[in-house]
Amino acid sequence: MLTDIPGTPVFDGQTSRRGFRMNKLFMSLRFAANRERFLADEGAYCDEFGLTPEQRAAVTGRDWQAMIDLGGSIFYVYKLAMMDGLSMQYLGGVFTGMTEQEFVAAMRAGGRSGG
Amino acid sequence: MAEVIWGLATSHVPSIGAAMDRGRTQDPNWKALFDGYQPAREWLAGHKPDVAILVYNDHANGIDLDIVPTFGIGTAERYDVADEGFGRRPVPDVVGDPDLSLHLLEKLVDEGFDLTVFQELAVDHGFTVPLSVWTPDPGDAWPCPVVPLLVNVIQYPQPTAARCYALGQALGRAIASYDKDVTVGILGTGGMSHQLAGARAGMINAEFDAMFMEAIEKDPAKLAALSREELIREAGSEGIEMIMWLIMRGAMNERVRKVHSHYFVPASNTAAGLALFDNRAGQTA
Repeated sequence: MLTDIPGTPVFDGQTSRRGFRMNKLFMSLRFAANRERFLADEGAYCDEFGLTPEQRAAVTGRDWQAMIDLGGSIFYVYKLAMMDGLSMQYLGGVFTGMTEQEFVAAMRAGGRSGG
Repeated sequence: MAEVIWGLATSHVPSIGAAMDRGRTQDPNWKALFDGYQPAREWLAGHKPDVAILVYNDHANGIDLDIVPTFGIGTAERYDVADEGFGRRPVPDVVGDPDLSLHLLEKLVDEGFDLTVFQELAVDHGFTVPLSVWTPDPGDAWPCPVVPLLVNVIQYPQPTAARCYALGQALGRAIASYDKDVTVGILGTGGMSHQLAGARAGMINAEFDAMFMEAIEKDPAKLAALSREELIREAGSEGIEMIMWLIMRGAMNERVRKVHSHYFVPASNTAAGLALFDNRAGQTA
């Protein structure tokens, strides 16, 4: 087992088990036909994939931090963000309590400190 | 006998590909990155191998979480470029080399590396961005056939750095035992320091990256000794993907000559690194 590294979610086997159905939903959004079906009735689409009520609420409410906490892999969660036209810098801002512009500025200034 | 002529380590950040696809490489936020690639690209253009091996990871495009192979190899004649959800990149599909793939597979299994076999595989930015870093204008085809070697870096436990380095060394022996006289380029991809999620998202560790860049050339065994925990702490939860550089380095000679290296922050949320090594110049030095 990995010891906890502050501020660092590690996508391990237990996390992947928790998030399995939700990550499958994100993966499906690569295809336009699925994106259309999702947007037509997001709740029903979540139910179809067997999400837990908490995951369903996180996805339909676009609670990005909750999606990570409930087992989402950032590479999979990003599929939903892309569909919404949001960038990885936007998500970085969400995770760190900054606006997208502030996050981008921090990156251009050499990135955030690793400590 | 096949011979590794060069090794190229490079980041695979999707926005690097997007900047090229959209003609933005001279934009102020990108110019220094692409200018820094130029010496490597010029050298590579003059040293075209017969075949390349590209060590990479997929990002929820070619494979999902149903099956998480720690190491895998493509054995197909062709690899389509994946549509990651926003349309496929306007770059050529990849021609493979099944004969070399199957040779490498057998030799590596004989050495105890039980690779998963991919007879069909769509390749994503983890694969095509490094090809674009190498060859910005491929036209209708990439410079040579390319064999994909996949590594799980997304789901913990990733293979250890030591195991990756050992796989690279076995890969080097497998290449040397191939009966065709071909030249081989090998690409190790990913990195450098970055973390996408969590309160530490956006972290960059330039000091660690500089150490890694130096040691990948001169003292890879030192990097092979790093634990997963050290890699995640120092390079970020996604920076651990630099273990793929060690597979490339393991397949090369003990002594290599650095042709060019470049470091740039930021490519999106990532420190972008490039290092190009000549495998034929080190022996007599």
